[in-house]
Amino acid sequence: MRVLVIEDDRETAGFLQKALKESGHAADLAADGETGLAMAKEDIYDVLIVDRMLPKLDGLTVVKTLRTDGQRTPVLILSALGEVDDRVKGLRAGGDDYLTKPYAYSELLARIEALSRRAVPEEQETRYAVADLVLDRLSHRVSRNGENIILQPREYRLLEYLMKNAGQVVTRTMLLEHVWDYHFDPQTNVIDVHVSRLRSKIDKGFEKPLLHTVRGAGYMIRDGAG
Amino acid sequence: MALADVTPRLFGTTAFRLAAITVAAFLAAAAVIVVVLLSQVNGVLTEQVIAALDAEKAELQSHAGDAASLTETIKNRSRPEGPALYFLSGADGRKLAGNLNRLPPEIAGSASGGTFHYETALAKERLGVAIPVNVKDGLSLVIGRDIEDQRLIADRIRRGVLFGFGLLSLIALAGGALASRMLLARLETINQTSRSIMAGDLSRRIPLQGSGDEFDDLSTQLNAMIERIELLMNSLREVSDNIAHDLKTPLNRLRNRAEAALLESKGADGYREGLERTIDEADDLIKTFNALLLIARLEAGAFDASKEQFDIGTMVRDAAELYEPVAEEAGVALTSSIADGPSIVANRQLVSQAVINLIENALKYGRNGSADGSIAVAVANGGTNVEISVADHGPGIAPADRERVLKRFVRLEESRTPPGTGLGLSLVAAVARLHNGHVLLEDNAPGLRAILVLPVHKERRTV
Repeated sequence: MRVLVIEDDRETAGFLQKALKESGHAADLAADGETGLAMAKEDIYDVLIVDRMLPKLDGLTVVKTLRTDGQRTPVLILSALGEVDDRVKGLRAGGDDYLTKPYAYSELLARIEALSRRAVPEEQETRYAVADLVLDRLSHRVSRNGENIILQPREYRLLEYLMKNAGQVVTRTMLLEHVWDYHFDPQTNVIDVHVSRLRSKIDKGFEKPLLHTVRGAGYMIRDGAG
Repeated sequence: MALADVTPRLFGTTAFRLAAITVAAFLAAAAVIVVVLLSQVNGVLTEQVIAALDAEKAELQSHAGDAASLTETIKNRSRPEGPALYFLSGADGRKLAGNLNRLPPEIAGSASGGTFHYETALAKERLGVAIPVNVKDGLSLVIGRDIEDQRLIADRIRRGVLFGFGLLSLIALAGGALASRMLLARLETINQTSRSIMAGDLSRRIPLQGSGDEFDDLSTQLNAMIERIELLMNSLREVSDNIAHDLKTPLNRLRNRAEAALLESKGADGYREGLERTIDEADDLIKTFNALLLIARLEAGAFDASKEQFDIGTMVRDAAELYEPVAEEAGVALTSSIADGPSIVANRQLVSQAVINLIENALKYGRNGSADGSIAVAVANGGTNVEISVADHGPGIAPADRERVLKRFVRLEESRTPPGTGLGLSLVAAVARLHNGHVLLEDNAPGLRAILVLPVHKERRTV
């Protein structure tokens, strides 16, 4: 995956470039809004990471300009402003996701990987399958190895989101946002309990577990040990 | 003291200037009216006299006999102090008859006549009006009327008007000065209060007169503003004290962990573990900071734009559902039977967070020393208000502490052990305030019933 990081803080940018390289991605840096916009217009990137406050041209304007030009590259907006209103403004400007500084790198990585996948046109998939686990989005039915699995509505949405991002790390915060629509972090780790309940329904009694916990990051549904 | 300060400023005040402008405008208008009136009166009186003179002139000319009979007629008509004045002279200019001593110089060369001054027998100077009358035989006749009395009346009116104007101006200026003195005195009390507030005494308030006038209105408004500023200042002071106290502890812990990892020479694994724990500690600190910032922004009231309409029943039910498995694992029964509705207009994320904070609090503190660990979540629709309540059977909060726990970083001593920022309830209170609602903490006998009261906006229900 090729990532453009538009960030004026040298240290943050350098850290992101190094960390993305370690994760197997290529990252280019732009230190101000104008350079960033020019580079983003080349349309060779899979994901843009845009800081909200930039010299010359602020992040929101960069994103707005790109969107007005019809560029659809997924954008993750980074910001020190983390309240509900700021988020809404960021997404309204055309950002696809919003992350508040300071953030855990694992969170950022999980999000840009989910974003880059979103760029692939598969929005209207009616069926997700991982190994023998099948989720039918039309009938809302879930089965494993042909056996019907009864899920609560929320468990269904949890599984749906995990399977949509199959093979990729999904963080607890992402689950809270997409499954529960909560854009804040509660004190207690509520997600773990829900995931372990879901796991007991889809993995219990089967030899090969599909729902994995990724230490220090979140969860992932995938086939095999991979 | 204050009076001496005030006097020189008196004439510079808006009140005084307004009074002065009003008086000047009134005087100018009145002066125009008086001048017009006087000239009208004068005109009418003079015209009457001229008309009488013209009639007499015609009469004298019509039966003009010879010089002798004319002289006789004039002699008869001339009375020493009468209002009718005559002067008949011969061709040589000598006086033949009449009660004027001499031909008035003002009339001498004039064809149409006019006013003139003359002296009576008693040597009093009076005013008259006269016209020349053409008579034969080289005689010259001037007839006139005394108008001294009219002049006196006009003079008296003029003097009366001037005196009136003068008096009026004085009264108006004095009134203006008095009004501005009063205004200045009222303003001075406001100024004094604001000076002592600026000097740091935020407890001062502007005294009210109780008359309910516009100054009382203004003072009430200003007092409300000062009240709010004092509240904000106090909470700011409290927060900075608490930040210093409550953030130092985790920062110390973070530092100690990093140091411990360096000291223990357990190799790469040891370092990794030390770093991970350091990051955990940093994450907790960030959470605390975020909560603090959020509360600060809520209290600044900058969230209006992101309100939306949603069903509060559904929202609370979802929150309870999220925590049911957590409660179950902790051996607590979390019960909720919540119907849909009512629909409210609020910031959904913030209200969700507030409700979740209440549930987490109940889970955290609700079990202490209590056999019955059940938690009940409910929504009561009170028409204009909706009450979201979370009730536990824990130790509860003593009535004396209930106000206090809504403040930032206040954690009751007995509950310091479970992890937490000490900001949960204050965030709930801030969210409630932002939405014009409030938080009630009640005795659940035993335990605590925390109630978030939010207003229901009926007028926006049409969506």
